[in-house]
Amino acid sequence: MIEVKDLSVDLGGFLLRDITLDVKDGEYYMILGPTGAGKTVLLESIAGLYPIRGGQIWLNGREITNLEPEKRGIGMVYQDYVLFPHLSVKENVVFGLRLRRLPRHEIEATLDWLTELLGISHLLERKPDTLSGGESQKVALARALSVKPEVLLLDEPLSALDPETREDIQHELRRVHERLGLTVIHVTHDFEEAVALGDRIAVIGEGRIMQVGTSEQVFRQPNSEFVARFAMSRNIFSGEVRDGDDECAVIEVGEVGIAVATELRGRYHASIRPEDILISPEPLKSSARNSLRGTISRVDDRGSTLLLTVSVPPEFICLVTRRSFEEMELSEGKEVYLTFKASAVHVF
Amino acid sequence: MSDGVPLLRRISSSRMTITFGLLALVIMLFVFVPLLKTVFGSSPSVLFETLLDAKVRSAIWLSLYTALLATVVGALFGVPLAYILARFDFPGRRVVEGLIDVPIVIPHTAAGIALLFVFGRNFFAGRAFNLLGISFVDSVAGIVIAMLFVSIPFLIDSAKEGFRSVDVRLEKVSRTLGASPWQSFFRISLPLAWRSILTGNIMMWARGISEFGAVMILAYHPMVASILVAERFETYGLDYARPVAALLIVVCLAIFIGLRTFAYRGGKA
Repeated sequence: MIEVKDLSVDLGGFLLRDITLDVKDGEYYMILGPTGAGKTVLLESIAGLYPIRGGQIWLNGREITNLEPEKRGIGMVYQDYVLFPHLSVKENVVFGLRLRRLPRHEIEATLDWLTELLGISHLLERKPDTLSGGESQKVALARALSVKPEVLLLDEPLSALDPETREDIQHELRRVHERLGLTVIHVTHDFEEAVALGDRIAVIGEGRIMQVGTSEQVFRQPNSEFVARFAMSRNIFSGEVRDGDDECAVIEVGEVGIAVATELRGRYHASIRPEDILISPEPLKSSARNSLRGTISRVDDRGSTLLLTVSVPPEFICLVTRRSFEEMELSEGKEVYLTFKASAVHVF
Repeated sequence: MSDGVPLLRRISSSRMTITFGLLALVIMLFVFVPLLKTVFGSSPSVLFETLLDAKVRSAIWLSLYTALLATVVGALFGVPLAYILARFDFPGRRVVEGLIDVPIVIPHTAAGIALLFVFGRNFFAGRAFNLLGISFVDSVAGIVIAMLFVSIPFLIDSAKEGFRSVDVRLEKVSRTLGASPWQSFFRISLPLAWRSILTGNIMMWARGISEFGAVMILAYHPMVASILVAERFETYGLDYARPVAALLIVVCLAIFIGLRTFAYRGGKA
């Protein structure tokens, strides 16, 4: 396990302070925060790549606060891969193994194992600049795993990828984590990514850790305005995805089945953006697959728009303009219909 | 050269392109014509005769290898400085960067005088080296430090830009994979900045060979090629200076074209 105690880091202008993390063995630990919160620097500090101002870092019972990065046993993967451009994919992956002067057969065995694990054996002779984003990130992952780190640090590993590849790599990360029982610290600004992968989530902002907990805890019981703003105003549900009556799949959330467009089956999360939900006093006839009846339980005035919490249950957060709100004479306690397309629901 | 304008018109017929093309043509002619006239103005037989002149050959050879020595010394001390300037931000970094470029902007005779004040027989460094049997006045060592002083900025600036273009996170990743700072430098930063460093070395060597002012102050003898050209011109006149100059130009061109071709092909592999 890795423990960070009262870490403070100077970010040139502002400080990260009192950063305390305890990441358990084999845990997938997410650090969630907005861009510019110092997440990358935090990871580099843990890896020994950025000078810290104070605090301690412990890895499996030994203090590594002042240890050189090459002696820590901590791997790092960056958002934009940072592959060695002058080396082939194979040379990238075995870079750390060659430094250790391992016997050739051992290097070959590790290489085989990694290329098989990540499905990159066909890329070995290529140069990094010929790879797609997804391929690059797999190679970066293989390179980091090659030296069998005790902890793997991932710095926004999915953010530079297109949506389809992102899902693929996300799946890959989950699989690698489970198969190797690896301890992972993953930073992201994407709430859904945090919910999808993290055993626990630490929300970072304003220079410190705001809240730590499971996704459910962080999402349902935000302890501050900051976390609430980050986590709320999104509809995120978890439930069982199964075949629906027709072409569409359905995710069961409590008593309600929500039609979704996905090939995934099993326990997953689903999200719908508040602005994708239509509100009407009467059921709407439309091509949208989802039409639910609920009661407005809360109204948040945001000026030209209003956020309505509609209890079906579960509770949905919907965005309406002031004009529609007034025209439909909506108010707390009023019964309304929610309409949204199956394709507006993101399953992850 | 005269078909330059129609060619440009094919690319783009905008007035600006044509104007730029004409201006560019003037400066190209300004550079190329004297070079070509010097080289082709001497008949091959005169050139060959000059080549047989032992004094000429030894002067050209001396220029080449003293400049090479200066470059080797420059690389040994200059590359680390370039790396430090590229990687670390410390108070006074900009001042250091500015000072490094001073030898480019001062008259080189002045540079020679400045060097004499440190490396002359009656001055500190000169005396210290004298104990080792090295004198910088009228000696190969003098030529080397004169060339080193005036040409080191080219190497440092080029190497610095090379290191700057290497993403520092490449070094960071290599550290997490088990590389020591030394290994990280020799396996990542140096290979990736190699082309710029090599270009800097070539530039420095070239600048060293062409140096006249500082060398003249420190070590008129033994005579390097640039001084020999000047001496022949002053003593015998243009007709005697030209074949030496032509030979020097040809040798330099051949070497630098060869090196650059090699450097750029090597970097691509």
